[in-house]
Amino acid sequence: MAIKIVKNFFKRIFSGIFQNKKEVKLGFYGPPNAGKTSLANRICKDFTGEEIGSVSKIPHETREVQFKEKVEIEYKGKSLTFKMVDTPGIATKVDYEDFLKYKVNKKDAKIRAKEATQGIIESIRWLDDMDMVVVVLDATENPYNQVNITLIGNIVARKIPILIVANKSDLRKANVKKIEEAFPEYTVIGMSAKYGKNLEEFYEEVFKLSKKSK
Amino acid sequence: MVKKIQKQKRINGFAIRFMPYSEIKNLNSTQRIKKVLEIVFENYILILQGRLKPEEETRLIEDTMAMIGHVKNFKGIELAVISSDDKTSTIDRLRNRIAISLSGGDLGAVTIIGPASVVKEIKRDPKKIELMLNK
Repeated sequence: MAIKIVKNFFKRIFSGIFQNKKEVKLGFYGPPNAGKTSLANRICKDFTGEEIGSVSKIPHETREVQFKEKVEIEYKGKSLTFKMVDTPGIATKVDYEDFLKYKVNKKDAKIRAKEATQGIIESIRWLDDMDMVVVVLDATENPYNQVNITLIGNIVARKIPILIVANKSDLRKANVKKIEEAFPEYTVIGMSAKYGKNLEEFYEEVFKLSKKSK
Repeated sequence: MVKKIQKQKRINGFAIRFMPYSEIKNLNSTQRIKKVLEIVFENYILILQGRLKPEEETRLIEDTMAMIGHVKNFKGIELAVISSDDKTSTIDRLRNRIAISLSGGDLGAVTIIGPASVVKEIKRDPKKIELMLNK
């Protein structure tokens, strides 16, 4: 018995010393179709060679929280290990008829809508577990959407460090400045997850922000 | 004649309910959300004096999602908050927060909540809010 206690004591001490660095839980949040999975895929592919999930033009493609553990990001000689958490897009309404426009049949559209509502609940519930959150917004859309404001207000209320990405900056309609004006208290990075534009600036900010994480 | 009736129906298709903050001030979060959703289920557009707490706003979204598919013809809500905190200087914001903590709620804010079957979209930019209704 005594040997076991001593053994466990040393095990705990040594695992504390030699254990890999703590994983930072990095959540990708935002409204549907903003490019959360595209951005998470881009990062995961760069550092692990694997993607995190599938992307589609049809809203609510991600309907379950999906994650990739032990993603080691190296930037300017520094390295941090992340647990990347890609979440379903948050919305205040889900109508199966909206999916019919994308030639999804009625039965599948209804299933998609049901899964989407469950995904939104799951997204919100995961928020408490995050060390840092990247809010991905579509730079071609109006940023003064209540979902964006509610989401950012909640992340701030939970004291989670936040970074805003104005995605799809490669598109002509994109207006990164409007997002900066809407959220002047936060760092906003205009980028294109699709083409990997401004990834360096993104990593720089993520590393800066990780120092503030709990 | 038919056209006239249809036009009348459209105008009668929605109703607005105003609610002073005093109605929810002493309720807990669960009761507040229940009260808000009950009004929305009756197809009213609710104009609430003040605003819900950030965690209540997300809870409202969660409960809304849980109701889709369980309440007939319910597709969700449209929500907008016009806050006195928007676009003000840091000093004004600080002053507002002191006023909020003294009065127990952000009375300068207005929350608009409507069922998605009635309210198609709430278009918002810093200077104006437009309520787009479904036909």
